[in-house]
Order: sequence, then C-alpha cells, then structure tokens
Amino acid sequence: MAEIRNYTMNFGPQHPAAHGVLRLVLEVDGEVIQRADPHIGLLHRATEKLAETKPFNQSIGYMDRLDYCSMMCNEHAYVLAIEKLLGIAPPLRAQYIRVMFDEITRILNHLLWLGTHALDIGAMTVFLYAFREREDLFDCYEAVSGARMHATYYRPGGVYRDLPDSMPQYSTAQGYGKGELARRNANRDGSLLDFIWDFTERFPTYLDEYETLLTDNRIWKQRTVGIGVVSPERALQLGFTGPMLRGSGFEWDLRKKQPYEVYDKMDFDIPVGVNGDCYDRYLVRMEEFRQSNRIIRQCVEWLRKNPGPVMIGDHKIVPPSREEMKDDMESLIHHFKLFTEGYCVPEGETYAAIEHPKGEFGVYLVSDGANKPYRLKIRSTGFVHLSALDEMVRGHMIADMVAVIGTQDIVFGDVDR
Amino acid sequence: MNVMKNFLQSFLLVELLKGMGVTGRHLFARKITIQYPEERTPYSPRFRGLHALRRYPNGEERCIACKLCEAVCPALAITIESEQRADGTRRTTRYDIDLTKCIYCGFCEEACPVDSIVETDVIDYHGESRGDLYYTKERLLAVGDKYEMQIAAMKAADAKFR
Repeated sequence: MAEIRNYTMNFGPQHPAAHGVLRLVLEVDGEVIQRADPHIGLLHRATEKLAETKPFNQSIGYMDRLDYCSMMCNEHAYVLAIEKLLGIAPPLRAQYIRVMFDEITRILNHLLWLGTHALDIGAMTVFLYAFREREDLFDCYEAVSGARMHATYYRPGGVYRDLPDSMPQYSTAQGYGKGELARRNANRDGSLLDFIWDFTERFPTYLDEYETLLTDNRIWKQRTVGIGVVSPERALQLGFTGPMLRGSGFEWDLRKKQPYEVYDKMDFDIPVGVNGDCYDRYLVRMEEFRQSNRIIRQCVEWLRKNPGPVMIGDHKIVPPSREEMKDDMESLIHHFKLFTEGYCVPEGETYAAIEHPKGEFGVYLVSDGANKPYRLKIRSTGFVHLSALDEMVRGHMIADMVAVIGTQDIVFGDVDR
Repeated sequence: MNVMKNFLQSFLLVELLKGMGVTGRHLFARKITIQYPEERTPYSPRFRGLHALRRYPNGEERCIACKLCEAVCPALAITIESEQRADGTRRTTRYDIDLTKCIYCGFCEEACPVDSIVETDVIDYHGESRGDLYYTKERLLAVGDKYEMQIAAMKAADAKFR
C-alpha cells in the first residue's frame, strides 16, 4: 500500500486571485486545505519608519498609498491623530467634506472589492460594471484634489481646497461630435456637488443591477454560502473589525460607537449578518453601499446650504492662502516656515481610529515635541484579517480559498505597510 | 406552495435569466468606453501631472532658487543648485526632478512662492531608456514654454480656491 501524504504548494505571490502579492504556503490533502500559511512582506515599504524622518504633513501622501483602494480614509486617520495631539478641530464644512469623501471612498473600495471578489469567483460582468461607477467617483476625486487616486487632500486643520464650483467638461478637442458631447456633459454642467448628487441618484439602480446578477445567483451562492464561517465570539477574539465583524452578526461600527467628525449628525444604519459566512459579508457590504449613498446625500444637502472656510485660520499650523502669502510679509514668513520645517506637535501620544471601509484603521502617534513623529504605528485592518485566514480556510477546497481572500478584502499596501 | 415555487424558480433558472437580462440590456446600451488617445476624458484644473517650470511674460524664468520645493518634497525627488548671476539676481544652475521618484503629491506647487514649479495636466509622456524620466531644468522649462497657455488657464481657474 502506497503511503499517501499531504503535499505543500505555493499560492502566489503572482497569482491573479491573490489580490496583490500574497504568498500562501498551502498544505493540501487532495484538494482540501489542511493548513494555510500566509507569507507577507513583499510589499513592505517601511511607511512607519519613513514617517519618522519627515515633517508631519509630508507623510500624508504616503498614507494614501497604504490601502490604495481607500485613499482618503487612510489620510483621515492620520490627520485625525495629528489634530488630536495639536488639540485643534477643523471647521464644520471641512468635517462634512471629509465625511462625504470618506463615504465616497467607501463606495470606491467596496466597488473594487465587489468587482474583484466576483471576478475571482467567476463572474466577469460585475467587475466591468463596478469599474464604470468607479470612473465617476474618480472624477470626483480628481475634481477636488487633482489626483484620481492618491489625493493628498486632507490636512491637519481641514482640507486643502474647497469643493470646485464647476466640473471639467468634455470638449470637441477631445474627439467628440455635438450630440455625443451634450450627452457626456449632461451631468457636468453644475458644481461638483451637483455631479455627486447626480451619481447618488443613479447609484441605487446600479446596485440593483449587481444584486440581480449576484444575490440570488445559484453559482454565487454555491461559492459563498457556508464558506469561511466565523462565529461572533471567534470574530471578536480574532480582532475582526468592519464588515468582517458585522458579517458575523456583531453590531460594531466606529461611526456609531465613537463618532468622529459629523457622523453623529448623520442618519444611517449598520447592517449586520447572521451566519458569518462569505455570503453574509457580501450582503453586509452591499447594504453598506446603500447606507454610504444615504450619508453622501445628507452631506451634499448640508454642503450646498452652508458655505464657509474649509481650513482653520491658525497660520502656525496651516499655511496662509496664496494671495495673503504674496501680499503680506508675515504670511510669507509663515509660508516659508511651514514648508521648510513644518509645525511642532506637543509632546504626547494618541490613538485615532476611523471606520475604514475594511474595518478599524488606526494611527498611533507618539510625538516628542518635534516637527516629526517620534513613532507612528499603523493599525491596519488587512493584517488582522489575514492572520485569521488559516482558521477560515481550514477544511475548505482550494477554490474556496479564493472566495475567502476575496471576502476578507485584503489589500497588500495595507497588510505590509 | 413555497416548496413548489422554489422548485419552479430554480428549475426554470429564473435568477440566471434575470441576470442574463441585465447583461443583455447592456449589450445593446450605449458604450461608455473612451477610445484613448483619439478620445479623452476632461481633466480638472487641479490635475497633477507632468511638472513644468514657468517663465514670466518677459522670458525670465520665475524660479528664484528658494528651495522650498526641495525642502517640502516628501520623496526627495527635486535637486537644486543655485548661483548669483552677474546682474545680482539669484537663479538656479540646476533644477532636476526625478519623475521616477516623484509621488505627484503637488506639495512643490503649493510651496512655490512665485508660481514657478507647477504640475500640468499632461499625462502622456514616457521614457525609452534609463534617465529619460530624469527631467533637468532645460526640459522642465521646455515643458513650461510649450504648455504655458494651458497652465495659465488652469491656474487662473483654480486661483480662488488656493
């Protein structure tokens, strides 16, 4: 009788379903996974260490690149931590803008998650549709910050610039005929807020499309129902946050439990799952789309009615406007001081966490009173979820592995930092 | 009754046909694909693309070598050397941006007190060999000269927000 042993195989780091550079060493018995050992660090960029060598503001751009699917949310946690240490609060309008863009980011992130998750499992169409909507949201990003992904838009003390009062328009120079032009510019006539409003009106019908394609689909259900089940107790023990925890039926959302910015003024619900499997987490995220849409609409309504400053006026922290800088000697000195050495943050330590699309994203900041962080620790969501991968896939087939990676919504910029 | 309904729904592939309906509708819907480079999407005046050094209308370069951009650059992509000219003004002798290091955060543009270094909405540039994306002062000024109209319009459109 021949001896049958488990064999070990590599999954990734170049596997298209590995969502980046995940390398898994799988011990499989036939097609059943006995043990999964994630090897991480292939995208390690030493963000935490780099931040120690730069003035506070200069690291904002690097926060975008942590979880590169939810850029502004990362910035938000970092900026909140600095604001906590400085003891400042941004103007109300800036808070609303931040909340609005956090939710836009949540939709962006969930759209990417939905597209890739479905693509991994075998549904190509949703991926294409999801990217169509992402395009509109990237236009919002671009209109407000100038970059389609890595915005560098939030600043301690507010946001860099107010929302633009017009959207860039298609023109004949770009190769369009008259009728085509009018159709493409139809929702670009007004301000950015009108553009976002138009998007929120259309978005629920898009969601219905995704749900028609997936929610009842038998293949989708066969691939996700009962896969990667985590009980609520176990989810807590494993340190899950965000949709992973809510999918297990635990109602926990930092936006409700410890509201930051203006989330306490927003009207929205927290969806929770029942069974804690991939399908429930899918349903939770689908509902989060709708809730985010609701929050964005509330923000747009408020922002339309309430113009005002988007940055605090303290020029020891925030550089003066360009006009002031060019007219006034004092402002010019502030400008030079802030762009060369930045500002000093009082000694102390703080932890600021936000409800990131993937869970709790926290920044632990220690300052020794200098213009650079003494230590910056990032609590990334992906790392915690990936740690539980072994437990979630044990006893499942290799193909289910892909569903579990998808449901964890792992992004390697975030895990490896 | 429910059992019967469920059986019929799954036997008749109802949900699959509904899904096919969605894709079928999209098959005949208007296409949203942009045929780049013949067609383009519009860019916001805040767009952060290729860098350029600007000049004053009289042809004098704006940069006064204050080195704020060099100091604020998070990626340390900018290198500046300066000298005093014969007429007593301070100007750069070297102004290099390594575009492979640059993270396009826009801080250099924010920092510049004379609106010299700007980020344009040019996105289609490339390099064919090592060093092609290392932009020297001459190349940056050439970009600025070529797109000056465009840059001026972009900056004017966004001036009230900055």
